[in-house]
This record gives sequence, C-alpha cells and structure tokens, in this order.
Amino acid sequence: GPFFWRVTRVNGDVALTHQESRLNPSKSNLNQTEHGHGSVITGIPIVTFKWHHVETPYLVALWILVAGLGKLVIEANHHVTSVIPESALLICFGFILGGIIWGADKVQTFKLTPTVFFFYLLPQIILDAGYSMPNKLFFSNMGAILIYAVIGTCWNAASLGLSLWGCHKGGAMGDLDLGLLQYLLFGSLMAAVDPVAVIAVFEQVHVNEVLFIMVFGESLLNDGVTVVLFNVFDAFVSLGGDKIDAVEIIKGIISFFVVAFGGSLVGFVFGLLISLLTRCTKNIQIIEPGFVFVLGYLAYLTAEMLSLSAILSIVFCGMCCQKYINSNMDERSVTTVRYVMKVLANGSETIIFVFLGISAIDKEIWVWNTGFILLTLLFVLVYRFIGVFFLTWILNKFRLVPVELIDQVIMSYGGLRGAVAYGLAVMLDENKIKEKNLMVSTTLIVVYFTVILQGITMKPLVNWLKVKRAAVGELTLIEKVQDKVFDHMLVAIEDISGQIGHNYMRDKWNNFEEKWMTCILMKPSARKNRDYVFKVFHKLNLKDAMRYVTEGERRGSLEFVRNETAFIDFKKKFDDDFSEVMPDIMIWPDTARDPVPSVSLEMHEQTMNGMRPLEDVNSHHLLQQHLYKGRKQHRHRYSRSHFDVNKDENEVQEIFQRTMRTRLESFKSGKMGVAPLKHITKHLKKDQQQKMPNGKSLDKSKTYHSGDEDFEFSEGDSASGFEASASSFPMRVTYRAGAGIENPAFMPDLDPMAQVQIPPWLAEAEVDSSMVAPSQRAQLRLPWTPSNLRRLAPLRISAHSTDSFMLADAPAAQQRDNDQLPPPPPPPAPPHGDHM
Amino acid sequence: MGSSNSSVNNIPNAQELMQETGFSAAHILRLHERFEFLDKHKCGQLRLVDRPTNQPQDFGAVQELALNPIGDSIISAFFSPGQETVDFASFVRILAHFRPTDRNQSRDGAQQEPANSSIRKLKFAFQMYDQDRDGKISRAELLQVLRAMLGIQVTEEQLQSIAERAIQEADLDRDDAISFDEFRKSLEKVDIDHKMSIRFLR
Repeated sequence: GPFFWRVTRVNGDVALTHQESRLNPSKSNLNQTEHGHGSVITGIPIVTFKWHHVETPYLVALWILVAGLGKLVIEANHHVTSVIPESALLICFGFILGGIIWGADKVQTFKLTPTVFFFYLLPQIILDAGYSMPNKLFFSNMGAILIYAVIGTCWNAASLGLSLWGCHKGGAMGDLDLGLLQYLLFGSLMAAVDPVAVIAVFEQVHVNEVLFIMVFGESLLNDGVTVVLFNVFDAFVSLGGDKIDAVEIIKGIISFFVVAFGGSLVGFVFGLLISLLTRCTKNIQIIEPGFVFVLGYLAYLTAEMLSLSAILSIVFCGMCCQKYINSNMDERSVTTVRYVMKVLANGSETIIFVFLGISAIDKEIWVWNTGFILLTLLFVLVYRFIGVFFLTWILNKFRLVPVELIDQVIMSYGGLRGAVAYGLAVMLDENKIKEKNLMVSTTLIVVYFTVILQGITMKPLVNWLKVKRAAVGELTLIEKVQDKVFDHMLVAIEDISGQIGHNYMRDKWNNFEEKWMTCILMKPSARKNRDYVFKVFHKLNLKDAMRYVTEGERRGSLEFVRNETAFIDFKKKFDDDFSEVMPDIMIWPDTARDPVPSVSLEMHEQTMNGMRPLEDVNSHHLLQQHLYKGRKQHRHRYSRSHFDVNKDENEVQEIFQRTMRTRLESFKSGKMGVAPLKHITKHLKKDQQQKMPNGKSLDKSKTYHSGDEDFEFSEGDSASGFEASASSFPMRVTYRAGAGIENPAFMPDLDPMAQVQIPPWLAEAEVDSSMVAPSQRAQLRLPWTPSNLRRLAPLRISAHSTDSFMLADAPAAQQRDNDQLPPPPPPPAPPHGDHM
Repeated sequence: MGSSNSSVNNIPNAQELMQETGFSAAHILRLHERFEFLDKHKCGQLRLVDRPTNQPQDFGAVQELALNPIGDSIISAFFSPGQETVDFASFVRILAHFRPTDRNQSRDGAQQEPANSSIRKLKFAFQMYDQDRDGKISRAELLQVLRAMLGIQVTEEQLQSIAERAIQEADLDRDDAISFDEFRKSLEKVDIDHKMSIRFLR
C-alpha cells in the first residue's frame, strides 16, 4: 500500500545515487578539482570530464553490467551451479562486492532500497510469472493454492509473532523494547513465501508440476495477505494497543478482501485492455510488444495507487492476457514479448540477489540478539512445516489426487523468504519500532538461511526423497488428443451422474469464454485454427521442418524432402556402392522408414507456406548470393518501423525466373541447349503443383510418375545429375552443360571455361569438395574471384548428387580413397524408381 | 447414515454393487436417484433410442450431452453391443470407471480387476474411439473422434493429417491402426488415475 513509500519516498531512489557518489571519494574529488579548474580558465575546453552529469544513469548501468557479469561468471561454472543454486551464489557474489566496497569506502554506500525494489525490480518478475503461468494447472489447483496462501500465511504470521512474544515474556531474548503488536508486525512481514526466491530455486529443481504450481502459486498470491497483514499491524502499532477495538479488527479483515480482490480486479481489467489493444495494433507491429509491458506496469502502479495488492494485480494481468495477446499479435511480436520478459525478469532477479548480498555488509543494521534471531529461524521453519502439514491434511480430504507426504515436505521446505520480506523490514518506521535494525538483520539472516542453506539442500533432498519429477516426455499428438477426449468424457460423465463438479464448472467457463471473451478480445483472423490439438500439431510440424532444414543444410540441399529415396543410410551406401562405377540404382532399399511422416510435412506446406520459400532459398542459395547481390544491396533500406524491407522472396524469385529465361534463350542460340525451353517454364509451375497431389493423400503409388522428362526438370539438380553421373567420368562434360541449364544464371561465367578446362579442375574441385562439407560451404561466402567462381559449378553439381552427401558424412574416408580411385562416380537413385 | 442405508436396501442388489464397485451407500443412493430421474418410463432401464421415432431416449434428458462432441460415444459406451437398454447395475458399473483409484486398499489377487483400475479406465477410454469394438482404432474411427472435437475449426485435409500423424505416433506394428497395447504404450506417461477420475465419486 501507499504506506510503503511514506517513509522511504524522501530518500527513495535518490538514496542509491546519493550514497553512490561517495563510492570513490578521491576520484570524484579529483574530478571536481579538474572541473573547477576548467571553469577558471578562459579558453574553450576541448574535453571536460562531467561525472556528476551522468552519475546516476551511469551507476545504474554499471550495476546492471556488474550483476550480469557476475551471473555470467557463476553460470560458467556448471559443476558449482549444479550443487549450489544460482540465487545463493549471487548472494555470495553480493557479499564479496559489498566487502570490496566496504573496504574501499568504510561505509555502506549501496543497498537495496524498497522503492527500487518494489517499483523497478519486482514488477517485471511478477509479470513474467503471470504471463507464463500454466493457467489450466493453476486454476485446477486454485483451491489448494488459496488455502495455503491465505490461511497458511495468516498462520505463519500469527504463530511466529505470538511465539516470539511468548519467548520474550519468558525472558529468552533479554531486554527488548517490543510489544505484542510489534511482534505480530514482524511476524506478518516474515510470513510470506517469496516468489522471487521460490522461482529461482524451484526452476532448477524440476519437481512435478502440481507441487511446483502449489508452491509457486502460493508465493504469488500470499502477497495480498502479506500486504494486508503488514498494513493492519502497522496501523495498529501506530494506533497503540489500547485504541484497538473490534471495529478496527473487522475493518482489517474487510480490507483484506478489498485489497486482494480489488488488486486482482484491476489486473483483470488491464489484462482485458491489453488484449483489446493488441487486436488493433496491426499497423504498428514494431511497438506492439511495448504495450504489454507498459500496461502491465500500469496495472501494478494503479493497484499500488489505490492501495490494493499490486502483485496480485500484475499477476492476474499477465494471466488474463496471455492467451489473447499470443494469438492477436504477430508471431514475432509474441517472441519479442517472451524474450524481453525473460530478459527483464532474469536481469532484475540477478540484481535483487546481488543487492541482497551487498546489503549485508553494513555495520549499522547488524544488531545481534541470539535469542531473537535463532528463535525466529526455528519458528519460521517449524511453523511452516506445521502449517503445510495441517492444511494439506484437510485438503487431502477433498482433493482428487492427494498431496503426498514427500511433496508436503518439499512444499514446507520450499518456504523460502526473500527480498519482499527484506523490503518490508526496511520500510519499518524507526520511530515506532525501536528495534527496527534487529528486525532487518534478522530478516536478512532468515533470507540467507532459507535461500542459501535450504536452496542448496533442496536438490539433494528432492533426490533423496525421490520426489516425483516433472515428466519430460516428448510432445506427442496422440496424448494431446487423448487429453481432450478425457476432458469431454469427464464432463459427460458428470452430466450423466447429475452432479456439479470441477469438470462441469470448467466446461461452463470454457463455453462462456469461447462465446464472449474470445469474440471480443481476439482478432477474427486469430480465431481460426486456434484449436489446441491443432496447435500442437502445428508445433510438431514446425519442429519437423526445422529438422528438415538442418538436415538439408548438412546435406547441401533440401532435395531429399521431395525425393524420399534420399532416405538412405549414406554411410552404409558409401561402403556398399563406392567401388562400383555404375551402381545398380534400382536395388536401393526402400525399407528405410522415413524418419518423419511425410504427411506432416505436406501438412506443413499447406498451413505455413513457409517451407517452399525456405527450400528455394536453400537450393538457390549460391545463386542469390553471387548473382543478385548487387541488386539486393541496392534495394536495402533502413526502416525504424519495419523489419522486412528486403525479404520479399517472390521478388527475388521473379528476377530469378526472368533471368533464367533470357539466359536460356541466349544459351540455346549458343547451341549448348540440351532441353527445350518449355520444360523450364513447366518446371516452375509443376514444382508448385507437385506437392498438391502428393500432399493431400498418402497415395504413394501415384506420385512422381507423371513423366520422366518433366520430372527430371522439376526435380531440379539432382535429377539431371543422375543421368550424367550414372555414366562414367568423362560423361560429366555433358552433364555439366545440363547443370548449366538447370541454373542458367551460372552460365555467363561458366560457359567459356567449362568448354576448355573441365578435366583439370573438375578433379581439383572434387578433391576440394571432399574437404569441405556442403553445409559449411553454404554458410561461407566464397570470395568473389574467378577461380572460386569456377569452383562453384562442380560444387553445385555435387551438392545435389549423393556423393556429396557421402562426402559430408565421411570426408576422411573419401580422402583416403581419393588416392586410389578417380573422383567417385556418384551412385544416385532415380527419384522415380522406388521412392517413398 | 442409518436412513440412507435403509433406502439403499430398497435398491436391488445394492450390497453386491457396493462390494463390486467400491461405491459407498450414499453414492449408490445418489446415482439411483439420478437413474430414476433419467428413466422416464419407470421401467428400471434406460433405453438407447426411442424405437418408433429413433430419437435419442432417456439420455437425451441430459441436455449438455447433445453439445458434447463425443457425447454419442459416451452414451453408447453404456450399452453393451447389441443391447438397447441398460439397467441400474450396469449404469453404476460404467460410472465406477470414474471412481478415483483407491490408494491404500489392496484387493486380493483372485478377484477381478476393479473397474477403477487404470487398465480398466484406459479400456474405457479406448472404447471411445473403437466404435466397432474390433480391438483396434482404425484411421476412420480416430478421424471421427477428431472431427467431432475439432469440428469446424480445421479443414478436412488438416483433420486427415492430424489423424495420420497421431496414428503414426502410436502405431508400432505399422498396421495403420492402434491396438489397445499400442494405445496403452502411447499414453504411458499420462497419469490415467488422475485424468479419468471424478472427485465426487470418491
């Protein structure tokens, strides 16, 4: 609530910089004298050193850099991070940094101020948590999460406060100026499980999803409770014990509901706003990711302004809008949002932990009271266990899947306290609570204890107790389909048995959401094809396509996608067929089961339209690179608002086709033509048609038999390569000419030389290609020299015949054999033979 | 409890049903009420279709089922092959599939696998697809379920491809159909107890 800032606003975020200026007194003094000196002299200073001018942003940037570098160093040591969680290491890194600063400065210059923490570091972490929340999982465990978050947190606060007070009365902690209310206030700030610490630790320990969502959800939602409890007890402390009556207590309870539900409502409204806004940001795609962040932050600030729970607000904002913005926004914007969200969240998490460490190095706050500190530690741990076990015992009476004992242990043990507690402790009013420093130092110790010690022991404990881990199975379509069937089935059974259950409610909500929210919040175009099963299917296909492309780059071409006879074990083939000059291509086994179902690929072509361009780009990679470079650069423009200035693939294709035609004409007149023109134009059309008959059905017999002649052209390089390479070595001369037609763009450069120079450098090139894998070649830009150009052609040939596949697979073997044999006659398969 | 027990005694074979399915008396009673509500003709049996009109009978009273994409499959799962009626005992036995699995209670091995064991649950789920009950999910059967669930959102070609892919994922013996074993294997990682249980039947 606003009371947070009452105290600290004065020295809020300036406090950081104010103190920072003392970082290096000697240096800044020096600067000042220099500066002063400069103002005395009469001439124009060429260079002035203006540290104070940039001090604040400079230091902020430096700290971010330092924290980032710290993380870099920590993450580089895998054997350390596998034992000690990153958050603990970052705190230790903070200790060291703080020690260095202390050594240089003899005074605490930097610490985590509540303003910086709550306004600039926390929101993005929580927004990220909400945005990437698994909603279905969350809501199906909502009841348990709420019980833990509300009742559990109240229990923690009350039990800790009362027990400490009792021990105080019993004389366990000597002479402290603390009353019951102060103890309860302290209990309330210590009660909440910290989302930042929990995420940091549990992210590295992959426990099962139900356990994770319980701890994680609780840590997010208990903020509402913490804020209210802190609020109420802070007010009570100000009021003084005797003025508290039943009315005040009832007001406190009411304010809990107002704060919690009000905060959630604000978040919900902002979530709807974001969703609505992203419906109409089509024309400003470049800044649409920004809206998500700005509105999310506004949700946080608005709730804070209304003294509602800011954390709940931003959590629900993220949860509510995730579905709609992901479908409304352009795919690239969604990726941007995801990444920026992660960058911000991860960055501030790092800074928070580093500063938690740095804050410890301060002589002022350390007040030692053995009884108070140790008892707090003990009670925090013990009451957490008691609370979780008791609440779970009750919950298990109602839960379909009971929370197991081991899970309860982990849940209790995962009750990490963190920066939120520290931030609240720092905000205590020293005038009202004399022992503020003791509370701050105790909070720090509890934070260190839970984050470092419990964090380190969490993983061994999880292993030792054999906690059920998250299933890391591969995504399969059948599972998702079955999930959907399960859902419908359960709803139907609930309907038949005539009782209202969880599934019934979910179904009703889904229907409502489908009918109203989706209509209003989602773009009409995004409403299509958003079925879950279909999305999974699409995702799987994308993965397949990526595999294809990777494989294609390795082999030098995506030819094998269309020509499925390419699915052979090339290494094996190499051994079998290498010595044969004319391998019997017809006996190639068609036993090889295609690793990726062909249908999914075709599906992919239909839905994405992305495959074709990719494939073309790949197979004409060299062409574009070397021939159209000039033009491309000519068209290159800088635009602040568009990425895709130069990505019009059709244009490039169009140029390619046009030039191809004209060059073919000239080629024919030069009497080099092998095939008539019509085939080439046909080829381009056919190429596109071909996937249609092939794509729709799995009718394997009917594809590719449309005529050999056409086929050879439509199949591009490999097809023409087969003819030539099936014959013996000298025949390659004519083959090369064929290749020239295939890619006439090469011809002006190649033709003259091709006539004269073939035997010597072809061999050379073959050797050459044996050393360089096609994929590397595709990535490297060859220097634009005639000799390299010459080399392009044979590379081009071999890139599509199977021998280069072999080369890619077994370059060493190839080289070894080169000594005895002429350049290997490629043993390609006729694509129409036994393919598929 | 006493009063409910006395009314349970009015239900024929109540004790045997409780023994067999593990339902408590309260469950049986509640289900019986529901059964009587659905049984419009008060003949102790639910009918699949109304003979003369061929309209869905009895289960048609559950309006939500008409909206449920696989509602028809669910209904037909209540009826043994060839039969057009279901009595209360069978009704309860079918619903027993959805009772959460008992954690602690161990049954003697001689007894038949209880309806709420994961294997029986899976078998029930398998039936949702296997309409002709030949022990295999053919492509057409899968396609039918997919069509019902995805409906208008995707084109027929896309449905075909999804079915194709789903079958390929599960189909181990390459017979272009999913047998029960293959079905079980493909769902190995799914917590069936969790996914096919209803809380209030516990």
